[in-house]
Amino acid sequence: MHAPEPSNSEAELLAALRSGDENAFGALVDAYGAAMRRVALAFVRSSAAADDVVQEAWLGALRGLDGFEGRSALRTWLLRIVANIARTHAVREARTVPFSALDFAPDSDTDRGPAFSPDRFQGPDAQYPGRWVSFPASWPAEPDGALLSGETRELIAATIASLPDAQRVVITLRDVEGWNPAEVCSVLDVSETYQRVLLHRARTKVRAALEDYLTSESP
Amino acid sequence: MNDEFSCQEMSEVVTDYLDDALPPDEQQRYERHLTYCAGCNRYLDQMRETIRQTGMVAREEPLPLALRERIVDQFRNWRRG
Repeated sequence: MHAPEPSNSEAELLAALRSGDENAFGALVDAYGAAMRRVALAFVRSSAAADDVVQEAWLGALRGLDGFEGRSALRTWLLRIVANIARTHAVREARTVPFSALDFAPDSDTDRGPAFSPDRFQGPDAQYPGRWVSFPASWPAEPDGALLSGETRELIAATIASLPDAQRVVITLRDVEGWNPAEVCSVLDVSETYQRVLLHRARTKVRAALEDYLTSESP
Repeated sequence: MNDEFSCQEMSEVVTDYLDDALPPDEQQRYERHLTYCAGCNRYLDQMRETIRQTGMVAREEPLPLALRERIVDQFRNWRRG
C-alpha cells in the first residue's frame, strides 16, 4: 500500500477521536478516505454506490471504535470494514446480473478452464509435450515505459473491468493498488493460495490482451 | 519421471514464482528451466511488464469533497447520538 502509515500518531488520533475531536476525525478521513474509496470501487460498479459504501464504512468504524484493539494497523482495520461492506453491496447489486458470484470461498470462481491457452503448447503426443509451439511474440521495446499510451491504459482497465468479480477485485488490490498478498488475504478473508489462483487467472488475461494489442499492430 | 518443468508448467506457476511462493525444489526447477529456454524467459518478462503496466492504471483521485462533508456530518451526528 502506498500511503504512509501514521503509526506514531495513531494512538493519539484514536484517543482524540474517542473524545469526539472533529479535527482528529477529519485527519483520519484525509489519511484513509481515498484508499477506502478505491477499495469500494473495486467491488461496486458505480461511484455513487462506492460513496455510499465509504460513508457506511466510516459509520461502522465509529461504532466499532471501542472494539479496535490495535492488533492490526488502523489502515488494515478500516480497509477490512470497507471491503466487507462493499462486498455486501456488490452481492446485492449482482442479483440483477446473471452469473455474478462475488464470493471468495475456495473454488467459487466460476472460471474453470486453463488460465493460459493450452494450444500454445505441444500436445501430449507431440515430440516435446508441453513445450511452446512457438515462442510468445516479442513486444515492441520502447524506452522508459512509453508502452503505456492512454490507449494501453484503457485496454488494461477495460480488461480488468471484464473479469469475473473475484478476479477483478484481487488484481485491482494486488496490481493496481499495489497491496501485498498478506494484506489482500486479511481484507478478503481468503487463503494466500486461492488469492494467487485468482490473481494468476486475471494477470494471464491482461497479458493476453496486451499481447493481442501489441503484436497485431503493423510495424 | 521427468523432474524438469515443461514450458506449459512454467506458465502455470509463474504467479507463484513471482510471489516467492514456490517450494524450494520447484523454485530451483523453475530457475533451471529459465537458463535454457528463451520462450519462458520472454513469457516471464512479459508477465513482469504486464504487472508494471497494470500498476500505472491507478488513478490517485482525492476523496470527493461532498463525500468528505457527508462523512464528517455523520461523525457530528454520531458524537451527539
